Amino acid sequence: MSTTDTTDTTAKTTETGHRSLLVKQGNAGARAVKNRFATGVLTAAMAIAVVPLLLIIWEVTRRGIGAIHWDFFTTDEPSYRQEGGYRAGFVGTAYVMGGAILMSVPLGLATAIYVVEYGRETRAGRRLSDLIRFFTDVMTGIPSIFVGLFVYGFLVSSTGGLGQGFNAFAGSVAIAIIMLPIVARSSEEMLKLVPDEWRNASYALGASKSRTVLTTVLPAAAPGLATGSMLAVARGAGETAPLIMTILGSQYLVSSYFEGAQGAVPLQIYRGARQQFEAGIERAWGGALSLFLLVLILVVLARWLGSKANKLK
Amino acid sequence: MATGLATPLTPHGGRRPTEGAPVVFELGGVNVSYGTHRAVRDVSMDIHEREITALIGPSGCGKSTVLRCLNRMNDLVPGASVSGKVAYRGADLYGADVDSIEVRRRIGMVFQKPNPFPKSIYDNVAYGLRFGPDRLSRSDLDDRVEAALTSAALWDEVKDKLNSSGHALSGGQQQRLCIARAVAVRPDVVLMDEPCSALDPIATAKIEDLMQKLADEFTLVIVTHNMQQAARVSDRTAFFTADTDSEGVRHGRLVEYDATEKIFNRPADQRTEDYISGRFG
Repeated sequence: MSTTDTTDTTAKTTETGHRSLLVKQGNAGARAVKNRFATGVLTAAMAIAVVPLLLIIWEVTRRGIGAIHWDFFTTDEPSYRQEGGYRAGFVGTAYVMGGAILMSVPLGLATAIYVVEYGRETRAGRRLSDLIRFFTDVMTGIPSIFVGLFVYGFLVSSTGGLGQGFNAFAGSVAIAIIMLPIVARSSEEMLKLVPDEWRNASYALGASKSRTVLTTVLPAAAPGLATGSMLAVARGAGETAPLIMTILGSQYLVSSYFEGAQGAVPLQIYRGARQQFEAGIERAWGGALSLFLLVLILVVLARWLGSKANKLK
Repeated sequence: MATGLATPLTPHGGRRPTEGAPVVFELGGVNVSYGTHRAVRDVSMDIHEREITALIGPSGCGKSTVLRCLNRMNDLVPGASVSGKVAYRGADLYGADVDSIEVRRRIGMVFQKPNPFPKSIYDNVAYGLRFGPDRLSRSDLDDRVEAALTSAALWDEVKDKLNSSGHALSGGQQQRLCIARAVAVRPDVVLMDEPCSALDPIATAKIEDLMQKLADEFTLVIVTHNMQQAARVSDRTAFFTADTDSEGVRHGRLVEYDATEKIFNRPADQRTEDYISGRFG
């Protein structure tokens, strides 16, 4: 290391007589230490938060991978102990989710369209929009077992309810109630992102409000709307508590949508994990892994669509 | 009183009002209010067919507000209301039985910021045609899109990429796309709200040339911040200013409306002269 006067980094002044940038003033030293400390603490906290997540992924994969094979998706849980799969659960979950999507997505989208496109026009509309927004926020926080209880009391139970018994439709209603506020709120945010200048351009060409919404606003917001709905599906697909009270569960394939107890993957996991033999428990892990993968795929797809939506402008 | 200017500050484009040109818009004592705030007061002026009428004035003088009265875009602003006489070809534009959708099909608009839809160039131009009164066949639609892009001086630049996004174009091209979109539905009038303020001088020059061509076919009303632009392109100029009433409420007023050549060389009002000579605003 050669140190001459001109290259000495500890020199207090530069050649032109200005104070060197390398001179630390006042609390600069302490600030640097604090900064390092805070960065360290936050990094450690983040690492601790990730540990359980990684453990879950590791454990689910390790214990569930053995159960995943073609038969797992195409056969029912056997009355004997070995082999068999969760066909009843997958079909049941598809039934329940299919119905729930058909109910919650159009309704949630319609709610968002009202709030963003129509509710802003009049004072009464703005009040109603605020009320809708308040209730969707409350609905997001309602424990899912309450939703299950409500649908049980309303549709399933014969004492005070319509007495339809356990069926997939009741499950769809319960899951739809859980998904609805998520779809409505996320769609609302997406519609708000569509710039007013596009709406104005459409109106200026003599387009009606409905045409403007259908041909300008919705196509522009489509990727974002799909993202929100997918996240809602991911949330709904893993719900268990409301299903116990609405579809009860079945280990055999049930083809009816409106009649009879129906299976679902989370319910089969719930029962399978409490069985006293290894094969049953492994199937539960397999169910958990497949559900986890389904949610993962949906979330990744939603993210991907979302990033496309952001690139729109 | 105004003394007139020794030398014109802005080169005049040479356009002059046509003698006896039919009146398209007749404004009489027009007030525009947002809620209880009367933002523009007592505007009276006639706008003539196939002329370019420029509305100029400092910020907050109500020139854009007046422009938006002419195709009822103010209807979309909650709380906005228009009083006074706004007649379009002799009929009350705000009459009870007049549909604002019909109004906007006759009176198109180009906005300050180019705002093509996030659709292809073709779909941008075809947008207004797809729900128009004429049921167009595929080939008719193609013809109308080409005609509109040609009259907006954009066809040669985009004919090979009609299916690419309107957002892939440059700012000036986007604005010409918006003009093509507006003229595609064959309106009677095209309103332009500061159409060049987001563009560079070269793109601005192209749009100004385009305005001259469009004036053969349409009646144009433009709002501009740029006085030189008003002097270059328009037949008549209306000068607005922001005024403060006895209660201290700021509002826009029409000061002077005359042939462009007169406004810029021999303004009748001192305020006009101060503005165009750069003494305020």
